[in-house]
Amino acid sequence: MTDLIRLTDVEKTYTRGKEKIAIFERLSMHIPQGDFIAIMGPSGSGKTTLLNLLGGTDRVTRGQIEFDGKRIDKMNEGQLTNWRAQNVGFIFQFYNLMPILTAAQNVELPLLLTNLSQSKRRENVKTALNIVGLSDRARHKPREMSGGQQQRVAIARAIVADPKLLLCDEPTGDLDRTTADEVLGTLQLLNRDLGKTIVMVTHDAAAAKFAKRILHLDKGHFNEQELAA
Amino acid sequence: MASLFKQVGAVTSMNVRSIPQRAAMSIASIVAVALAISVLLFFLALSHGLSQTVEGSGSNDVAIVLRDGAGAELNSVVTRDQLNIIAQAPGVVHRGQTPMVSGELLVIVDGKKRSTNTNANMPFRGIGPEGLALRHNVHIVQGRMFRPGTNEIVVGAGLLREFSGFEFGRTIRLRGTTWQVVGVFEAPGTVFDSELWADVAVTQSLFNRPNVFQTMRVQMTSPAAVQSLKRFVHDDPRLQLQVLSEREYYAQQASQSTNGFTIIAWFLGVVMAIGALAGALNTMYASVAARSAEIATLRIIGFSGYAAFFGTMVEALMLSALGGVLGLVIAFIAFNGRTTSTLSSGFTQLVFKFELSPGIVISAVVVAIIIGVFGGFLPGIRAARVRPQLELAAQ
Repeated sequence: MTDLIRLTDVEKTYTRGKEKIAIFERLSMHIPQGDFIAIMGPSGSGKTTLLNLLGGTDRVTRGQIEFDGKRIDKMNEGQLTNWRAQNVGFIFQFYNLMPILTAAQNVELPLLLTNLSQSKRRENVKTALNIVGLSDRARHKPREMSGGQQQRVAIARAIVADPKLLLCDEPTGDLDRTTADEVLGTLQLLNRDLGKTIVMVTHDAAAAKFAKRILHLDKGHFNEQELAA
Repeated sequence: MASLFKQVGAVTSMNVRSIPQRAAMSIASIVAVALAISVLLFFLALSHGLSQTVEGSGSNDVAIVLRDGAGAELNSVVTRDQLNIIAQAPGVVHRGQTPMVSGELLVIVDGKKRSTNTNANMPFRGIGPEGLALRHNVHIVQGRMFRPGTNEIVVGAGLLREFSGFEFGRTIRLRGTTWQVVGVFEAPGTVFDSELWADVAVTQSLFNRPNVFQTMRVQMTSPAAVQSLKRFVHDDPRLQLQVLSEREYYAQQASQSTNGFTIIAWFLGVVMAIGALAGALNTMYASVAARSAEIATLRIIGFSGYAAFFGTMVEALMLSALGGVLGLVIAFIAFNGRTTSTLSSGFTQLVFKFELSPGIVISAVVVAIIIGVFGGFLPGIRAARVRPQLELAAQ
């Protein structure tokens, strides 16, 4: 299977005052197209930083990141913004829906960055909401929905522009077990049936088991890698 | 570009629709702008109304003659001999054999302001027999004109509205002399509306100014004839006088009277606008802070920083525009068209109306827009600089 993402000798350091804090030193990894990876690790291990680097929302200090054969570490801010809009869907722990918008309007947001007509956008929104099983909630605002429903709307928003990569930051961290399993089942479905490549950061071992692979990140290195059952 | 418009539209719509969530700060910002605009409008309307009244008093074909170097009527002296010479000048209109000239004497008497019950200086003008005819837009609306040679006065309707003691039919004492109010005249939108008029000869006698006038009004055949009269006076060494058309004279008076108000208007307007700007900045910074997670989320999704910037700018402009509209409504309801009085350059009370003009309204709109632009600019930059990072989106 071809690699969708390839990190080579990635170094990421932050400066706090005069102190330099290294998050990653010569980190390398590759993620094949259609993979579903769960990244686990203690707080401060660099999970969210890695997600930011993969999603083009942060920059490497050194090293390179390729996405589908293109160097995203060389892109400027504007190019990265466009690249994100076309290639990456994000799913957040607290859903991050716009409270003033309906479910359909929230899902439509990434499509406003495209040249699709209004009717085509509506059609795509309907399809995305159908996939997550919420077509009957299109006109509801986030406060009128449960946490699980809100997260499924967020998933619909993440997939509506048909990105290749889904980045999930603790997607079930705010949900009860049953609802979390439903949401994770939806992610599994997107991976299996639609071929989406998924990278999920989680503290929850049960959630990680829904992935194909689990990577343990500690002190800037993957020190354990195993196939999920 | 189409995508950018859609982004800006979406962000603006979200910002505006979420204003009720920040109602208190937004209302405070709107009120601050409204106050700044209404104070600015108050003084500009006052200045404009005063200017209109003073400037509106003059005709182009009526000459006013003053002592050379006199800035206003109260400083001026014109003798009867000089009056007689000018009455014979070319270009002076005659009614039958009588030249249409009016030697006039302006004195100050006491009146009481109705609103505050305080004493105020009233302009009491002695006018010649042709004085009424020289003022084209003056009409007796109650009673009659005074009779020459008697202690009768007529009173301007504007003065009567603002000051008490000169009501029609009353007998009043001024400087130890008894006078009868026999008529009320209207001279809308002019300084004359704030005056008391009596026969000049009687005024000279009872105010101990025998044979002395302060000004002389002359009806000329045309505006060009006023220029001829200027040359006539200049060429005659007996006439150390200056000649102006009434319009020129009152334009000078208007600029003296209104410049101060205009300066105050803009000084206070700018000071209050700076205050409103501080309020707008505060509101918009709070708005950006409250929405930082939303902005970060949108930036992560792929919205540009421009969308965040313009969305914030439009919100600020909208709040400022609402404040501007509120300020205009306050101005129109509270004082536009209302009558007031002030001390004129002649140290007497002048009655006039607050008057908003299209130019003044445009000025206020521009000030509101400036507050909105500056109030939204820096917070807009802050919004545009919200980093599209997951940590920020999670806050």
